[in-house]
Amino acid sequence: MQDVYSICLMCTVRCPIKVMVDNDDVKLIEGNPHDPGIQGSICPKGAAGVCLLNDQERVKKPLIRTGPRGSGQWREASWEEALDYVAAKLREIKDKYGARGIAYTERSQLNSHISKTFMRALGSPNYFSHDSCCKGSLNTAFRSLTGYTDANVGVDIGKAKHIILFGRNYFESIELKAVKQLTNALENGTKLTYIDPRVTVTATKADKYLMIRPGTDLALSYALMNVIINEELYDKEYVRHWVLGFEELKQFVGKYTPQWAEQQTGIAAHEIISLARQASAVKPAVIFHYGYRSAHYTNEIYVRRALIMLNALMGSIEAPGGIFFKKGAGAVGKKPLNKLIGQVLPEINEVRCDGAGTAKLPTPDPAHGVVQMLPRAILEEDPYPVKGLIVWRHDPLLSIPDYENNKRAFDKLDFIVTIDIHFSETAWYSDVILPESIYLERGDSIQENAGLKPSLYLRKPAVTPRYDTKPGWEIMKGLADRLDIGQYFPYHSLDDLWHYQLQGTGLTLEDFAAKGFVSLCDEPIYWNREDGLKFKTPSGKIEFVSSLLEENGYPSFPEYESVQPPAEGYFRLMIGRNVAHTHVSTQNNPLLHELMPENLLWINTEKAGYLGIKNGQMVKVSSSRGQETIRAHVTDLIHPEAVFMVHGFGRKVKAQTRCYNKGASDTLLQENISDNIGGSPALQHVHVKVQAVG
Amino acid sequence: MSTYAIFQDESKCISCRSCQVQCKINKGLSVGPKPNQIIEVGPVNKDGRPKANFVFLSCFHCADPWCVPACPNEAMQKRDTDGVIFINQNRCAGCKSCIMACPWSAPQWDAQKGKAVKCDLCLERIDAGLKPACVTACPTSALSFGPAENVPETKRIRFARQIVASEGLH
Repeated sequence: MQDVYSICLMCTVRCPIKVMVDNDDVKLIEGNPHDPGIQGSICPKGAAGVCLLNDQERVKKPLIRTGPRGSGQWREASWEEALDYVAAKLREIKDKYGARGIAYTERSQLNSHISKTFMRALGSPNYFSHDSCCKGSLNTAFRSLTGYTDANVGVDIGKAKHIILFGRNYFESIELKAVKQLTNALENGTKLTYIDPRVTVTATKADKYLMIRPGTDLALSYALMNVIINEELYDKEYVRHWVLGFEELKQFVGKYTPQWAEQQTGIAAHEIISLARQASAVKPAVIFHYGYRSAHYTNEIYVRRALIMLNALMGSIEAPGGIFFKKGAGAVGKKPLNKLIGQVLPEINEVRCDGAGTAKLPTPDPAHGVVQMLPRAILEEDPYPVKGLIVWRHDPLLSIPDYENNKRAFDKLDFIVTIDIHFSETAWYSDVILPESIYLERGDSIQENAGLKPSLYLRKPAVTPRYDTKPGWEIMKGLADRLDIGQYFPYHSLDDLWHYQLQGTGLTLEDFAAKGFVSLCDEPIYWNREDGLKFKTPSGKIEFVSSLLEENGYPSFPEYESVQPPAEGYFRLMIGRNVAHTHVSTQNNPLLHELMPENLLWINTEKAGYLGIKNGQMVKVSSSRGQETIRAHVTDLIHPEAVFMVHGFGRKVKAQTRCYNKGASDTLLQENISDNIGGSPALQHVHVKVQAVG
Repeated sequence: MSTYAIFQDESKCISCRSCQVQCKINKGLSVGPKPNQIIEVGPVNKDGRPKANFVFLSCFHCADPWCVPACPNEAMQKRDTDGVIFINQNRCAGCKSCIMACPWSAPQWDAQKGKAVKCDLCLERIDAGLKPACVTACPTSALSFGPAENVPETKRIRFARQIVASEGLH
């Protein structure tokens, strides 16, 4: 038995793993025992990576479509033929519509510097990551306040004395290190307050659970600020030193009293006052968690801003037990890894097709794009025709709201190529599928893990590929060579790529051999709160009154708009995660399918009784966009105005036999409506009608 | 009882079921058999707070096991040195007698191999000085493994309380 230290990819948390290999087969995967935050532990998805490796239902060879799109009629091709074919199609589009006629989308990953370079070299501005559909508004919220994106920020759970989670369901959307820290913190007396319209596993571990009316988080935050400011519970020194616009906030929240918020949120005024006082009592070691997936409502950026502002009032930004800025290699005087995107590349003067970075969408991050705008851009050919789509490790058909509309947009494309490990909905609807080796069969670019203690991690192949697949970075290089931009990809092998990244850092691959990672320092790095907080806003402060927003004509503090309850027989559709599955990517894994074979529709007991719906019964759920059937889970543990389902089910691809047609698709029911200031789609905007079947 | 025990600190369990999946992987099992399993009870309202019980169940490794004498082929065995009850897979004829005999359904049916399978505390691992696969996997350290006499008193008290509490749920 041989141990290979690597990085998991059953979700995007990228926990360090130890892969136990015997005779080129993986026997077991454990967490990397050398990482003190992991200690050998593994989540169910990480453990089930072994089933993914040996899954007969993966894409096994390059496939070229022979029948209509989505028919599942393919012919197998050699890599040479498939890459030639894809390059020829992309060249055709480039010749006819210009390079901007080609868009690219991916889930951000270790190789993103390669795909970004590919698009720059090709001459197209239309690089998209999935980020907007997850945390686009959080990104903009952080930039508007601190100048940094959410990716530059972390939470110091271990040292916090009170953690307040607005629907941040840590124990089900599992991250090993955070879960371990939180469990230990709770055992050591850290208080946990959990706020959600639904009782999750995280709610069952909380000292206080508050059931909030769906969509009213901003009202609660305004009232918390009201109490904290009125009772002078905030960190005055910190606010005076580091906050711009406190007086304006004070004026603004004056009318948003706890009594007012009780009417909006359904949370008693005395609970709101009590929470404000309890949190303030332990400041600055308090975290008002700003959220992770932050794509719920059209006011999303303001929900996220308010949460970050609450931390600023607590003085908890860059405090032990609060929120911290992640430090990279540069912070310890070391040279960061080289990235391909750091080369001198052609400038692109075209505007993005989604409008990010233009007057249309001035504030969302153009570095990621606003991917849910892509269907509209394709359908309306506005500002110009987009006719080709390259997809890598992303399933836009199933991740962008309004499934049928996404399909209509894809129908207008001349060419779709997908690089993926399995038959995603997008892959199935593509013209060519280029099968990628899974994370156990391939290495990837080295991971730069910024944090309080920066480090570098290595994903390396544990076994040889089971099928005729290739690593994505090799596929991209193959395409680049054929499109005459190969000079920007100066590698031929994984070793070449790693050496390119490590050049000049003083590190070699040998440094990773013993543990699979390299720590760049021993002690956590905090900036000095007296004079050393390096905010990247124009004022150098935390901008409650935001230059980013105000300069683009948006208010820093919008008046609260009351949330109307859904009409009779209708519910707000909430979505979320379960520990067994990652987004849309694990539903067909045999052992994870066994843990959770279908999603259920959570519906409040009283409402279900009124509609004649019994627990376990099939129900029809319909919205303005479509309808689905799903099994009802009748429970007191959800707010009466909402129904809930786990994201990612109701799959339409027959080749994924285990998850095919199981449960309901949230994507099919959602309307493609966005928070245009923040950039996230409002995934919980839609109201659905629920009826008993039969 | 075996000289070892797996203890579950239920307050730390988040019902992620890593234990269940990792056990199956380690034993080469596919869909179906579950040598260990988390049973979810609740959540119920306790003093205004939603509380759930997540109960880890595998094999108790009984002092006087019913499965061992039930096996006609001497496949089900009790190890002399430490009382761990295990199945010699080469001898298992697939008659399912052990499954019928055990009051807690500890032995499971592996339809792929046509044999019974059960928790053996990962004998090969513990003999190599490691912990059982489920214990190492546990993300919150809710599971721990060691000599049975090391059961911390607090955990026994907590367990007793849980039995009483769960009786109230029926």
